[in-house]
Parts: sequence; C-alpha cells; structure tokens
Amino acid sequence: MELGFSAIFRRDLLLAFRHRAEIANPVIFFLIVVTLVPLGLTPEASRLAEIAPGILWVMALLASLLSVEGMFQSDYRDGTLEQMIILPQPLYLMVLAKILVHWLVTGLPLTLLAPVLGMMLSLPEAGYLPLVFSLLMGTAVLSLVGAIGAALTVALKKGGLLLSLIVMPLYMPALIFGASTVQRAVDGFSVDGPLAVLGALLAFSLLVSPFATAGALRVSMHG
Amino acid sequence: MLTTEPNTDLFSPNSLDLRALAFERDDRMLFSNVGVSLKSGDILQVEGPNGCGKTTLLRIITTALSPSAGQLLWQGQNISQVRQTFLHNLLFLGHLPGLKQALSPEENLIWWRRLNQSQAECCNNEVLARIGLRGYEDVPCFNLSAGQQRRAALARLLVTKASLWVLDEPFTAIDKQGVSELESLLTEHSARGGIIILSTHQDLGIPGIERLSLRHESLGQKALDQNSPFVVDVA
Amino acid sequence: MSQLFSWKWFHRLGSPRWFYQTSGKWLPWLSMLATGLLLVGLCWGLAFAPQDAKQGNSFRIIYIHVPASFLALAGYYVMAIAGAIGLIWKMKLADMVMKSAAPIGAVLTFVALVTGAIWGKPTWGTYWVWDARITSMLVLLFLYLGVIALQYSYSSQDAASKASAVLSLVGMVNIPIIYKSVDWWYTLHQPATIKFTEAPSMHPDMFQPLLVMILGFYCFYAVALILNTRVEVLCRERRTRWVQELVASKCT
Repeated sequence: MELGFSAIFRRDLLLAFRHRAEIANPVIFFLIVVTLVPLGLTPEASRLAEIAPGILWVMALLASLLSVEGMFQSDYRDGTLEQMIILPQPLYLMVLAKILVHWLVTGLPLTLLAPVLGMMLSLPEAGYLPLVFSLLMGTAVLSLVGAIGAALTVALKKGGLLLSLIVMPLYMPALIFGASTVQRAVDGFSVDGPLAVLGALLAFSLLVSPFATAGALRVSMHG
Repeated sequence: MLTTEPNTDLFSPNSLDLRALAFERDDRMLFSNVGVSLKSGDILQVEGPNGCGKTTLLRIITTALSPSAGQLLWQGQNISQVRQTFLHNLLFLGHLPGLKQALSPEENLIWWRRLNQSQAECCNNEVLARIGLRGYEDVPCFNLSAGQQRRAALARLLVTKASLWVLDEPFTAIDKQGVSELESLLTEHSARGGIIILSTHQDLGIPGIERLSLRHESLGQKALDQNSPFVVDVA
Repeated sequence: MSQLFSWKWFHRLGSPRWFYQTSGKWLPWLSMLATGLLLVGLCWGLAFAPQDAKQGNSFRIIYIHVPASFLALAGYYVMAIAGAIGLIWKMKLADMVMKSAAPIGAVLTFVALVTGAIWGKPTWGTYWVWDARITSMLVLLFLYLGVIALQYSYSSQDAASKASAVLSLVGMVNIPIIYKSVDWWYTLHQPATIKFTEAPSMHPDMFQPLLVMILGFYCFYAVALILNTRVEVLCRERRTRWVQELVASKCT
C-alpha cells in the first residue's frame, strides 16, 4: 500500500511549494534568535565558541517546534483530514508521509543553515560536520515527536502554547544527544556514541510516532 | 473514452444495516436505538434539529467514529470485519468540502482520485465542466465562492466507483440549478443500484426517499427515559 | 455466549457505581492504615533513627523525599496504564482514574522537588543543582503538567480522556529514555562527585523507618486516588438516578 504514502507525500510537497513563503519562516526565526545571543550575552568570540554547540541546538529545536503546529492544522480545518481517516489505506503511512514532508521543508533547511550560524557564533572547526549530522537526524526526531503533539492539539482552538508544553519534555533526549555530539567533537572526543544514540532515537520514533500520531488524529474526530 | 455521459453500469447488490446504534458523549445520550436497513437503490434522508447528532451518525456510518452501542453491517457482515472493502465502497462528503485551498479544483480532484485508487488523469476537465466549473479548473480554490467550492467537492460524485454515498449537508451553498443537478445525480446513482445516505433540511424532489428523523424529544415534552432524549422514527 | 459473560464481569468492574460503593467500604480501613504507617514512620524516622555521620539531622528529610519520588514515578505509570485501559476497552472508570491520578502525581513530584531542594541547601550549599535525579524529576513534573493541561483544554470530556491517555502513554514510553539521557548527560558534564546516600547501603536502623514511610506513602497515594476518583465519579454521574438518590439521602 504505497499509494497513500506517495500521494500524500507529493501533494504535501506541492502544497509546501505553493506556500513557499512559509517555508522560510522557521529558517528566519532560527537566524534571528541566534542573532539575539551575542546581543544579549557577549560579542566576544571565545565565549561564544564555548556555548555555540548548545545554543545552535536549542534554537534549532525552538524553530522546529514553532513550525510543527501547522502540520495537521490546515487538513483539519478544510476537511481533508476526515477524508484521510476513512481512506482504505493505512493512516500510519499517510501520517509518515506528512512528517517526512515537514522535515524536508523545516528540518533540512535548518540543518543546512546551521553551519553558517555556527560560523557567526565562532563554532570551532571540528564542530561543523557533527553539527550537520546531528541536526540531520535530530530534526527528524523533532518532527516525528512533534507530530504527536500537533495531532493531539489539532482540534483545539488555542493549541499552540499547549503544544509546546507537551512536546518539549519529549524533545529532551534528542537535545541532549544532539548538543553533546557537537560539544564532544569540539572537545576532541569521538562522536560515534551520541550519534549512534541519535540514530537509535530516530529509529525508535519512526516506529512509534506515526502510530501514536494516527491514534491522536482519530481522537481529534471526537473533539 | 469520454465518461461525461452518465455512467450506467450497475452496482452489484449491496446492503447496509444500522442496528440499534447509540452514541453517548460526555455521559449524555446523543441518540439511541437508531436502526434502519438499506439495500441497493435506497436513498435515506437523515433529518432533525440542529445538534441532534446527524453529523455524528453519518461519521459513525463512515467508521470515523465508533458507536457507543449497536453495530453496522455491510453485506450482512460486521463492519469491523470487512472494513477495507467497505471503505473501498464508501464516498463521504462532510460539512467541510475537503479541498486544499492552495490547489485548483482539478488538482484537488486528481489528488482525491489518486488516494482513492482510481485512474487520476482521465477526463478531469470534462467532469469539472459538467459540475459547472468550466473555466475555473486551474484557479486556486481560495479564489472560488463557497458554492463553487461545494461544486468542486461534488465533482467526486462523478468520478467515484463507490456504491455507498454518505453526504453531510450536500446542498449547502449551492444555487437552485445546482440543487436540481445534484438531485438528478442522486437519482442516477440510486437507479444504478447505489445506496445514498444524506443529511439535509431541504425537501428533496426525489420520489421514494426514506426518512430517518432524529428528534429531540425533550424539547417538546419531558423525556420519559432520562437516558435517551432522542427517539427515532423510520418512515 | 461466553463473550457476553466475560463482558458482564468486565463491566461490573468498570462500573463507576460499583466502584463508588465498594471503595466506600474500603476507604476507612485504608485511611487508618495509611495514617498509622505514616505516623509510625515519621516518629521513628525523625526521632529515633540515628543521625547520619556526614549530614547530621538534615538527612532525615529523605523520609519524605524518597517516598514522594517513588510515588511520583509510580503515579505516572498508574495514570498511563489507566489511560490505556480506558482507551482500549472504553472503560469510563479507567478514564476517571487517569484524570484523578494526574494532579496527585504532579503534587508528589513537586513535593519531591521541594524536599530535594531543601535537602540540597545544607548538603551542597545551594537550593538547586542540575543533578541528574533532580533534572529527571523536573522533566517528570513537565510531563504531568502537559497531561493536566491537555485534559483541561478539551471541551468534551471523552475527547479529553482519549487525548490525555495517548499523551500519557507516549510519556510512559519516553520516561526511561528521558531518564537514561539525563543520566548520561550528567555524567558527561559533571563526573559524579557527590553521591546520594543510596537506600540499600543505608544502615538498617535508618532504612527500616524509610521502608515504613514508603509503604505509608503507597497507602496514602491509594487513599488520595480513591477519594479523587470518587469525586470524579459523582461529578460525571450526577445525572444518573443512583447519584441523585445518594445526594437526596445525604441531604435529609
């Protein structure tokens, strides 16, 4: 049953392309909040370099969090969600397709922008590749976990703040291992361990999240 | 190749039974003991005052919600056992048109057909012309009026292979001509041996229609049984 | 019709009315047991257990802190399992238990955090350190708050129960991962220099009252959960005849 997956995947990519101005929003957000750090803290390169790994990861997490709210919202409001739920196709795969598109239009651009921001925060050279790899996997975990929260709050009128509240604690493992990947690389240690754990987190959330999200979307029909 | 002409293929005989359906929300019985048997060619109109559970009942029939009690039978078998075949045979149009605003009517139709596993590319423009959207095929839906959006959603009725149509207020926002066109579509589908369940406040000009009224009894008189303020007549 | 039979049994178990009546009979005994255990444990722990060699009398706060932390975590599992039962078997009583368990668990988590902070002052010289256990406990509090907030933001109670059941299940699956991550994070940043007085390595004279306190907290938790659930039962079943008769009989 690949049909539902590929149809939703292509449709959502097309929709993302039609709303391409919105794709830029999380990326611009990421850029602006990172700019706030030297303004609020210090422009001194050595001190910035010290905190750069953590700051970049926290800000990327926030940018991803802000964009996750819209994942199912328009589908819920225009009635395509109720159509999706009663298709003779596994909802699991359709949800997975939506999450994948979300990652492609938010997680991936954030990851690509991160090295530039790393440079602005004087991230030491050893940190760049681990930063990209950890964000590549980490933002996928964030999209997957965020989808559960987005589905749980989609039927609520003011779901945004609540969504952050319920999703952020679940983001913590990804943040811990993502940020420490970069930190360890900067400190000259091997990053295989935390990267492997990030990979395991990714595999685990790939397994669990579409399932929980599909269940939560069915619940939203009761709302 | 062109299928804008009315499709005259007959459906194989179908049957849908609603047995003692009840729905309870927050410890209040919305309706109870709803039972009706439908077979090929039947049209059922669900009526009742606002908030009596028409939409809920239709959603239960589509399996999007599960009833608190009672069961649904498709071809005599419990719906949970034949869910896949049932869903293949089901077309549902809700209150909301189910259209992506950034896509044109044609793209919406193509996307919908892809998901429903029918050939997506054939004759979409002809179908949209027949439903009254000639010239609007590639206008994004957010530029269309409410009635035109409803028509874009109704275009699915022309391309679907489903034998059971569940339509929630399909006449909303359509003009007079549109209403009579839709009525003839419904008659056509019923003549081919399909089953239609629709909710509407409108009196339909279709002969032989069955009615199911969900009536809020406690509005008129005091409820006899505290647990079931709604009673059901099948005329 | 063996199926019918088993359902009957299940429904009886899940009947709020049956729960209300049965729990009413158990409650006085359970409350007495909880009070007794807590009183004995407190007197024993605070007055008779020996002083800690390094921490002096300040260690005695563990008689509150440790049981509260235990129950905070166990309470999340109680909540999530009740939620799962409500979700799978559509048992209303389970939904009510889940809803009632959330605030109790959150309060216990808060108590564990506050007592931990108070204990931290004489031990570490500061109220708050980003220690692995404290941080995990803080995350647990966030998880509780998320479930409670979700519970109250739905207007339909049924939808609220289902949504918070899904969330607490997701949380339950995540708790071990979060705990392990925080542990790893802590060892990475601060090689553990300060070790807690681990419960099993404690002197038996200190450990026995702790055991009594833990048992007492379990009983206290059960009492609190039952009381809270009874209120929830009455609230949700207020339109039914048995509740109305009950209220009428209490009023006269």
